[in-house]
Amino acid sequence: MKFGVVQFPGSNCDFDTFHVLRDVIKRPTVMLWHKDHDLQGVDCVVLPGGFSYGDYLRSGAIARFSPLMQEVKAFARRGGRVLGICNGFQILLELGLLPGAMLRNKNLKFLCQHVHVRIENDRTDFTRAGRKGQVLRIPIAHFDGNYYAPPRVLKEIERRKQVVFRYCDAGGELTDAANVNGSLASIAGIRNEAGNVLGLMPHPERASERILGSEDGRTVFDSIILSLERAKPARRPAASRKARHD
Amino acid sequence: MRVRILVSFKDSVLDPQGQTVKNALHTMGYEAVKDVRQGKVFELDLEGVTRKEAEALVPEVARRVLANPIIEKFDWEILKVR
Repeated sequence: MKFGVVQFPGSNCDFDTFHVLRDVIKRPTVMLWHKDHDLQGVDCVVLPGGFSYGDYLRSGAIARFSPLMQEVKAFARRGGRVLGICNGFQILLELGLLPGAMLRNKNLKFLCQHVHVRIENDRTDFTRAGRKGQVLRIPIAHFDGNYYAPPRVLKEIERRKQVVFRYCDAGGELTDAANVNGSLASIAGIRNEAGNVLGLMPHPERASERILGSEDGRTVFDSIILSLERAKPARRPAASRKARHD
Repeated sequence: MRVRILVSFKDSVLDPQGQTVKNALHTMGYEAVKDVRQGKVFELDLEGVTRKEAEALVPEVARRVLANPIIEKFDWEILKVR
């Protein structure tokens, strides 16, 4: 299978994501330019983190008008896998591929830190390599990650089990303190109704190598591969799963 | 024609920036300030557009681009006809 990483002016996690997909996960990966119309036959489009168009107007609000995003929208409607990380999540919300919107973090601060997220639904194309209730330690880095949806929409999201990740403490408990940005219902990641589009605020590409302190982010990429290749990715040695939490 | 569009959070959405400004005003002794809502202002110069056309165009632009209808509302007014 082949990944494509979309580059916008202001993307800054594009090469980190490219590196993880090509060198760590070891799958063919191409860069996709926002002005192009060609998805180059990729099986999964990844919208990386950063500050597309300087976050002007609202985070993700301008990127959604890019020529390539019209292709991504059609690709998603056909069932193509789309993963939006951080700014990528914000773009998917603005594009209308995912429900809800982002508000400024509750403490009005840019948050750059490791957080814990709990897998709420392991029957998705983005979490099937993990298990329900599993706690992943992945960094966040954002100003606008305070997830919001109107009450009626939130009810639907919950009913359809679209919440994939929630902020939690190290033990997997949902607490106000662990919900660092103030997201509604501690939501850190959601998928669309059809299940082929995921947006999440934490950066799995920054937690995919042991040298960076956590490999938990690989669960997301391994899951996509599982869902597309119907084959289990190589298991990491059990020893490496220890000693990664500080 | 020049129009001004005001975009602000819906009443149902918490506005942490407005709250922070309110707290600052209270610290300064302005106890009469009961609430603050922060928003954005856009001024658009329109060409070759009648008042009637503007009444259709401006709300459309506000809904599609300037405001995110999930969290924001907007008001607008004509500043200058010519």
